[in-house]
Amino acid sequence: MDAFLLSRLQFALNISFHILFPTITMALAWFLFYFKLRSNLSTNPVWMRIYRFWVRVFALTFALGVVSGVTMSFQFGTNWPGFMEKVGNVAGPLLGYEVLTAFFLEATFLGIMLFGIRKVPNWVHTLATLVVAIGTSTSAFWILSLNSWMHTPQGHEVIDGIVYAKDWSEIIFNPSFPYRFVHMMLASGLTASFLIAGLSAYRMLKGDDKEAPKIALKTATYTAAVLIPLQIFAGDMHGLNTLEHQPQKVAAMEGLWETTEGVPLLLFAIPDEESRENHLEIKIPRAASLILTHDPNGKVQGLNDFKGEHPPVAQVFFSFRVMIGMGLLMLLVSWTGAVLLWRRGDIPLWMKKVYAGMAFSGWIATLAGWYVTEIGRQPYLVSGVLRTEDAVTGLPAGNVALSFTLYAVIYTVLLFAYMGTLMLMCRRAVEIEEITTEEREMAKAGKMSPANT
Amino acid sequence: MPFESLSAETLGDIYVGLLGLAVLLYAILDGYDLGVGVLLPPREEKFRDDMIASIGPYWDANETWLVLAIGLLLFAFPEAHSEFLQSLYIPATLMLIGLILRGVSFDFRAKVAQVRKRSWDLSFKWGSLLTTLAQGYMLGIYVTGLRTDIWAQGFALLAALGVTAAYAFIGSCWLIMKAENELQEKAFYWARRGLFVLSGGIIAVSLANLTLHDDVRELWLSAPWGYLLMAIPVTCFALLVLCAVLLKKLPEAKGKGEWLPFFIALVVFVLCFSAFGISYYPYVIPGQLTVMDALSDANSLRFLLVGTVIVVPCILAYTVLVYRIFAGKSEKLSYY
Repeated sequence: MDAFLLSRLQFALNISFHILFPTITMALAWFLFYFKLRSNLSTNPVWMRIYRFWVRVFALTFALGVVSGVTMSFQFGTNWPGFMEKVGNVAGPLLGYEVLTAFFLEATFLGIMLFGIRKVPNWVHTLATLVVAIGTSTSAFWILSLNSWMHTPQGHEVIDGIVYAKDWSEIIFNPSFPYRFVHMMLASGLTASFLIAGLSAYRMLKGDDKEAPKIALKTATYTAAVLIPLQIFAGDMHGLNTLEHQPQKVAAMEGLWETTEGVPLLLFAIPDEESRENHLEIKIPRAASLILTHDPNGKVQGLNDFKGEHPPVAQVFFSFRVMIGMGLLMLLVSWTGAVLLWRRGDIPLWMKKVYAGMAFSGWIATLAGWYVTEIGRQPYLVSGVLRTEDAVTGLPAGNVALSFTLYAVIYTVLLFAYMGTLMLMCRRAVEIEEITTEEREMAKAGKMSPANT
Repeated sequence: MPFESLSAETLGDIYVGLLGLAVLLYAILDGYDLGVGVLLPPREEKFRDDMIASIGPYWDANETWLVLAIGLLLFAFPEAHSEFLQSLYIPATLMLIGLILRGVSFDFRAKVAQVRKRSWDLSFKWGSLLTTLAQGYMLGIYVTGLRTDIWAQGFALLAALGVTAAYAFIGSCWLIMKAENELQEKAFYWARRGLFVLSGGIIAVSLANLTLHDDVRELWLSAPWGYLLMAIPVTCFALLVLCAVLLKKLPEAKGKGEWLPFFIALVVFVLCFSAFGISYYPYVIPGQLTVMDALSDANSLRFLLVGTVIVVPCILAYTVLVYRIFAGKSEKLSYY
């Protein structure tokens, strides 16, 4: 393997691992703010218990996001020096604004949020929770702006192969940015909702009959039930935007080789890039045209119009179907759950199992979605401006192979440790949620190890 | 566009100054929490809890200064960034692995009564050590101008030890300020040991530094600048001697002046860093690449400068706020 392929694999590994955690924290921060507000407004201690449990999940998730994010900031220079060389004048300031306006805000106020509850007045603590939520969303704003610019670049000029920024508001608010931002924030909301519902259901399955998981499950189910139709709508809009700016990506998503009118929707197929055709097609006539052009006979450009300039078809095609499938499953589960909760006030055992099984379903949908859009941008790193192969490092392949192996091992361990710890926390939720300050004081006085309370 | 009147030279100086500020703040802030990590005693669990409690609210924000420093290097001096990190790819990877290990161990150990708490503690310790050694090594190679010969390697290994000692020293000074009773006694002991190693390290690195670049030697050893500059090492050593005295006296002082060793460590860091900065300006990679050669497009730098001017003072302000909120002895480790 050469350094190019290894660098791509390593970056894909890193960014795939990284995105798992911000996807949770972005929305979980807002959930926490909501729990904290409810706790302030009511006399029922259950909201504080929910907060206490989920703030720990947040802290752990945040830490994993931070450490994998630091790694990314190094890899731009080490593995993709051509990226900064050619488009650094645009990418640099956007990344810079992310660090300045978001990272410090999140990290600093997180300290108050986690450790300051007895050191500051309650309203300051609530404010810190709000600031952390704003910080995570601001961070998403900048990084998605840069990512969207890489898909739909504008507001720049190219002189001698180097990109210079001309109009910053055009760069930041490039055509695909609003769609991508909304789509990603909703994805985060759904991922966090299903995580909350899933882990709460898991607690109930393990015999926890407290009020806290019931309320958390209800909150998360209703949130998901509201978000999922919004997400389907936002996804559709994003798809139309992609059709306008990156038609080759849409053609790969649809597995469409020839430009045709009345394009069928492929439920399944095996795209074959060698012979440039699909095998084993299962299709709904004219449906893709209807979705993409809002006309059953509408014309859609096929991959053969973009020979040598279109992404690898199979990966995009299958990722897209995984994402859509996950989305539909989420729709089904959250609406069924919402109806059951509405009618009976709780959910039956089988539904709890479904929820527990879907605790991490948001990850699968989010990753699949990112694969569609990022692989769909290939062979370009910045659409029409910079090819991926022109940005790669001159490092010896052996070095990259070594670092890739190290990252792969450590990320695998961490992923299992993370999921295992969340499960463990669920099984010991009572000691996390219900230990009051007084009990903690007693534990301290009694020389018991207070580390775990 | 604001700052239109600033020339590329001025912008270069501003950004290299910002980069220096970010690196210095990183070295001090993450320095003490890395140092605490390195010092973590494998056999005494109660110390470990208290030590980790003392850095709990800060470490996340501390590490962000590294992201800012690397970020500034990346977009203000992209050529320097890729040259620096490509030459130091393996040590940089090891440093990142170390940072990952310590960052996550910190949270894994504490979220719930872990069966493997001690393993996470050890991974916190060794992760911290790996990070400090890798950073020192990278600093060493960087100072030689990214040389790879045997002398440069030797110098880098020396720097690896020096940086680790410096972090351990500032970490133990932090603990003197934050801890009580037995742990504080332990911290005094660590600080006295660390001070010796650190002083040796500073002398060795300074002397070795003089042999590396001719113009650096000339700057430091010629009149009249040399005499003025000599004030830096002289002050530095006066402070270290003062610190040694303090470390002997303070344990009997009943809690007075416990912040002094940390303050001295901080000043020593600033002095060493400024000596370093004076030696190598206007280079971003010593002897290889100057600020102006590596500088990226002026308009983009101006655009970011707008945000920097507004945001950096805010960051400093709320950082101070957090240090005031958590001032005084650290509480027992208990979350939220």
